[in-house]
This record gives sequence, C-alpha cells and structure tokens, in this order.
Amino acid sequence: MIKRIYIGLAILVVLGAALFFALVWRPTIAPIAPGSVAGFPAELVAKGEALAGAGYCATCHTVKGGQPYAGGYGMPTPFGVIYSTNITPDPDSGIGRWSEAAFMRAMHEGVSRDGSHLYPAFPYDYFTKVADEDVRALYAFLMTREPVSAPAQRNTLPFPFNIRVLQAGWKLLFMDQGRYRPVAGKSEAWNRGAYLAEGLSHCAACHTPRNVLGAEKAADDSYAGAMIEGWFAPALTAANTTPLPWTQDELFTYLRSGATALHGVAAGKMSDVVHDLGRLPDADIQAISVYFADLNGSSALKTGSDEALAKALATSALGSRLEPDAGAVLYWAACGSCHYNSATTPLSVRPELALNSALTAATPDTFIHIVMAGIGLEEGIPNVLMPAFSQALNDGEIAKIADYLRRTRTELPAWEQLEARVAAIRRESAGSADLSP
Amino acid sequence: MTRFELNGRDVSVEVADDTPLLWVIRDDLGLTGTKFGCGIGLCGACTLHIDGRAIRSCITPLGAVANARVTTIEGLDPKGQHPLQKAWIATQAPQCGYCQSGQIMQAATLLKDFPDPSDQDIDAVMNGSLCRCMAYVRIRQAIKLAAAELRSGTVHEGTAHE
Repeated sequence: MIKRIYIGLAILVVLGAALFFALVWRPTIAPIAPGSVAGFPAELVAKGEALAGAGYCATCHTVKGGQPYAGGYGMPTPFGVIYSTNITPDPDSGIGRWSEAAFMRAMHEGVSRDGSHLYPAFPYDYFTKVADEDVRALYAFLMTREPVSAPAQRNTLPFPFNIRVLQAGWKLLFMDQGRYRPVAGKSEAWNRGAYLAEGLSHCAACHTPRNVLGAEKAADDSYAGAMIEGWFAPALTAANTTPLPWTQDELFTYLRSGATALHGVAAGKMSDVVHDLGRLPDADIQAISVYFADLNGSSALKTGSDEALAKALATSALGSRLEPDAGAVLYWAACGSCHYNSATTPLSVRPELALNSALTAATPDTFIHIVMAGIGLEEGIPNVLMPAFSQALNDGEIAKIADYLRRTRTELPAWEQLEARVAAIRRESAGSADLSP
Repeated sequence: MTRFELNGRDVSVEVADDTPLLWVIRDDLGLTGTKFGCGIGLCGACTLHIDGRAIRSCITPLGAVANARVTTIEGLDPKGQHPLQKAWIATQAPQCGYCQSGQIMQAATLLKDFPDPSDQDIDAVMNGSLCRCMAYVRIRQAIKLAAAELRSGTVHEGTAHE
C-alpha cells in the first residue's frame, strides 16, 4: 500500500514537472548573421525612435554618461540589483544576432533569444500590449544604432531569485499576455492614450503599488501611487493629493514641458520620462492626458483660478517676517528666494510648494530627496537649477524645513520621524551612488 | 574638463566636478566680485546667475553647470550700468559692500519675476541675502528705483548675457 502511494506520488511529481516544463519551456530562436538585417525604411526607423522615447528605453539601458542603449544601469529591487543589458546591435554583447521574431518574443513574452526567461525589471508585462507593427519599428531603430561592445553586468540576486526559470511561474501567476484591445465607447484619443500608457510607456510600473513578489496589486490599486527607488510616484487617480486637479491641460503642459505653475516640476525618474516623451508628437501627449484626466475624474473640472489656488498662494509669504520658528528661518534663508510667489499668480520658474505633490504626499521621501540632491539643469524645468543641499544642511535642519512647510503649507497630518527619515535617505543615497559600475 | 560660458565667453577648466562653482570662479578664473560668505547657501553673498537665474554658487558644484551660461556681477552689464547698479549708487545702498554683488544678482532675478515688486515681494525674495551692515532699507529703495527704470521702457543694453 505504502509502495503504491510512493509510486503515485512519484508519478504526480513527474507529471507536474513535465507540465511545468511544457508550460514554461521556450526554444532558442536561431541567431542571425550579424549585419544581415539592413535596409530598414527611414520612416520605420524614425517611428521606432519616437517609440523608444515613449518606452524610455534609453533611461534604463544606458549608464550615466555611457553609450546610449549599451546597458549596465543598475536597478535596485527589493530582491537585489538587476543590471540592464546591451540592446545595441553588437553581435556578442548586444542584440546583433537577434531576429525580429526573437525581439518580438522578448517584448511580448519576456523571453530572451536563447529561450531563457527575463526578469520583469524589463517591463514585458506592459510591452506585451504593444502592437506588432510598433515592435517592428523599435527593432528597426535599435538595429540601426551604433554597435557598442558592453558585456552584461552580473545581477546581485540571491538564491532562489537567480533561477530564471522561476520567472515563468511569476508570469503564469501575474502576467496577462496579449495586445492592447481598444475600449468601445471611448474616443480615439482616449484609446491612443491608454494604448501608450498601459503598454510602451508603462506608467503603472511606477505609479501602481506592488505586492511582495513585485507584481501589481489588485485592480482597485491601479495607479494608486507607490514608492519606487526611494521616491513616491503619486497617485494618478482621484486619490492624488495635490490641491489643484490634474486636468487634461495641466497633464499636457506637465508632460510636454516638465513643469506647470500649478503643480510643479518633474523630478527624479519623472524627469527622464518627460525628457524621453519629448520624442512623441503633441497629439500623443494630448492622448495620454485625455486618458489620465478621465481616469482621475478631472475631465469635468476646471484648472485653477479657484479657492484652492488662492488658499495655497496665501501661504507663500508666511514666515518671511521675523518669526520664532527655526523651520521658518531656515526656509527663508535657504529656499524662499526661489520659491516665493506673490499672492496673485504662481510662476512656473518658482515652484509653489503649497501646490506641490512633494509636500502633500503621505511620506516625506520625495521632498527629502529633492532638497538633498537638487534638480539639475536638464531635469525639471529646462535651464532652471536647484542646488543640492545635502552638504549644506544637516539632517535636523532638513527635517525642520520639511516639518515647517508641511505644517504651514498644507492641512495634512505632520510627517513622523522626519530626522530619522532624512538620515536614512542620506545613507541610501550614498549607497546607490556606488551602484553604477 | 568642464566647459561653460562665463559672462559671454567660453571657459574650460580642469577641476574636479564636485568643486564649488564659487571657488572655480574666484580661484581658477580670477573673478573675485562674487563673495564667499557662509559656504552653505544661507547668506546670499555668493549669488550669481546660471542660465539667467540667481543661484548660490557656494553649494553649486562645477559639474552642475556644464555647458550652462554663468553670469557674475562683472558680467551683469558690460559697463557696470545695470539699472540696479545705478540705483545702488544713487541710493548709496552699500556700507561695507561685501554682500552687494550677491544682493544685486538676486535683485536682478527678483525684477525679472516681479517687475513692480511690493515690499513683501522684495522682503521675501531678498530674505536669503544677508547684510551685516543692516542696509536693508536702502537696498529695498534701490530695488524700487531700478524697477521703475526698467518699467519705464528704456531699452537696457546690459542684459546681453542674461
């Protein structure tokens, strides 16, 4: 009897393994001779270039100051550091031996040319929605880049996360494969916006919270805002905390220029997003704005010129007279000369903190990051620099400024444990500076 | 090697990227009109313009201004005749004079954003520019005088580097 149970179990295990293998095994796609794909039409390459902007390919596939698309950029994940790979057409270290079919499979299924499963740090769970003709354009663009020899960096994922075949299990659990399907009853612009946002531009990758296995949480959490690489990516729904609504116009101005007077500037990773989206035509940016203005319920609302704006601006000069408050004194010595606005209208070159999501977010992390690291000339508003205060102000001083502004510029609950948070972010920033080789 | 534009001319320096811009300008490029005050961005003495806006140069590393346009008090006006400089003289604003280049550079940005500044606008924007001689009343007066000249529509030639 016991023998029978053992045999039964053994058969089950073998069958189970066979089934898993059958589900997850992917064949190698034959290599092509390097340089054998050529003669792409110029308009296809140009289309691919714009789409590569929409997908921010260069942002993750380029190290700071390195060759574009040559990979090596380290992404800290809760599981370890994953390095992006070389997607230039170099035959040995890049994708020079990849056929279009191999590239298409990687985009749609997250499988490398050799049949191994890719980590979802490469956001194929979004790219699976990208139409075949757009993937072809991306392929044409990448295969016409200058080949760069840059072998892949070793990921620092510990066991068992370093077993690639387990990614197949992740896909079975969390990934819905398939192209974007237009939603009936919505406008063409809305569907175009949704196609870009849900697919190539993978907005949810940062703005939707993730479960412990790094997959998106349930549908109700879609775009609910999330922490990503130490920054808070705000909610893109009605749950967004900024005093003024993100209307279609505001979204468009922000995504097109990197700043709006009523919401502030794109900083951190969002700065790269705006930069790369620059390759898309106005109509596409407008489409993304239509989609999110519908999603956050602001379609029916007007931009600004309301009580919330007046209320926010009324706080701009608070504390600029002598005030027995260390936070106020520090703020006016270090920050006020650039951030002050008169009571009538905010200027986009003077980001009004009372209107800014950095101050209204549930956590102070984004605020602290910006104070410490500043905003470069290429980030945020073009040609407007904010110096880094990490060497000028200590943890306690940054905490005092954060607390003061939260207390006087918003009506939200105070941020707790601020000084400890500043200290932690200072340590993390020092650590992440060592990430890139 | 970092290249940027200083008062309208191209300059390149072989200095570490994290060197404060203030040191590069004073020590390597020899323009000493921009002053060292506190070194932590809290007094305004080191204020200059980057791409036309006032910035504390003591906490701005050289690497942050690669290819940018930097303007110091020496370049605000080719003849030292910016309306703010004229108003500074007309009102005899400075006493010891140490903070004035920073004050003037900050005030130039103030007037760009607020062409007709109220007392509150001036106090708020100039709050980060300290004056040990307490010349604040004359500084405010000078700013208003310069604002009036700029508003009067006289075409001012000195903004070539702005």
